[in-house]
Amino acid sequence: MTRVRVLIRPKTGILDPAGQAVERALPVLGFEPARNVHVGRLVELDVDDPSRVPEMCERLLANPLIEDYEIVPAS
Amino acid sequence: MKYGVVRFPGSCDETDALLAAERLGEAVLLWHTDRDLSGVDAVIVPGGFSYGDYLRVGAIARFAPIMREVERFAAHGGLVLGICNGFQVLCEAGLLPGALLPNLSLRFVCRQVQLEVQRSRSKWMRDVRPGERLSIPAKHTTGRYWAPEPVLDELEAQGQVALRYAPGSNFNGSSRDIAGVCNHAGNVLGLMPHPEHAVDVLTGSTDGLKVLTP
Repeated sequence: MTRVRVLIRPKTGILDPAGQAVERALPVLGFEPARNVHVGRLVELDVDDPSRVPEMCERLLANPLIEDYEIVPAS
Repeated sequence: MKYGVVRFPGSCDETDALLAAERLGEAVLLWHTDRDLSGVDAVIVPGGFSYGDYLRVGAIARFAPIMREVERFAAHGGLVLGICNGFQVLCEAGLLPGALLPNLSLRFVCRQVQLEVQRSRSKWMRDVRPGERLSIPAKHTTGRYWAPEPVLDELEAQGQVALRYAPGSNFNGSSRDIAGVCNHAGNVLGLMPHPEHAVDVLTGSTDGLKVLTP
């Protein structure tokens, strides 16, 4: 089995209110302001055939209309 | 007229949808594992949190056995109405264009909204006129309608925008104030507000019946 990580984030250009909320919250806590904050999801899975993961992303794990995904092999 | 109301694990408005449909005709519940639609004339995919809305709203329900039948029914011109979570499911299934994103406020909002009926291809809402206003409650966290700009242009040009939030009612930040869209054939309609909760004067409005009438 191969451990795979899929990072899913809102597509560029789509307003991300969760990211904006984090941007607003950081200075309130005394942190330096952060920009371009985006909040997404992490899906981790063990698979026999990692070559099928892109199809899994297209059909289920992400909605390609509104989300970008990135497949990262986990060590 | 016989309505079928789909019940997924996690649906919560199917009973109201059933009772509302019974005011207009016969109505039956359809279970998510059913492999036929019991000969209904119209299908309502109701609101709620199908399969817990895990992963993404509507994402899992789309693969329910009943949805294969609903997709086949819709492809043959059958009447399908998606309400709230049902709208999200129909978008995930590709029966309707676009997607529903979290409200700009990130909050769950429950309030009465005013909708403006658009000139559209919709085969639902038979007795309403373009420009008419409908008063219907909305209650959701993930109801911000979104589609790429060229798709929005196309929907408007093709008469697929069926309902818009009236000024002051677009609390979720939907693109171009869109509250409901239909497919190109007009037989599939989805909307975020809940017509099934507006069917009795006791609760303030009967405008929902107009949406539920094909």
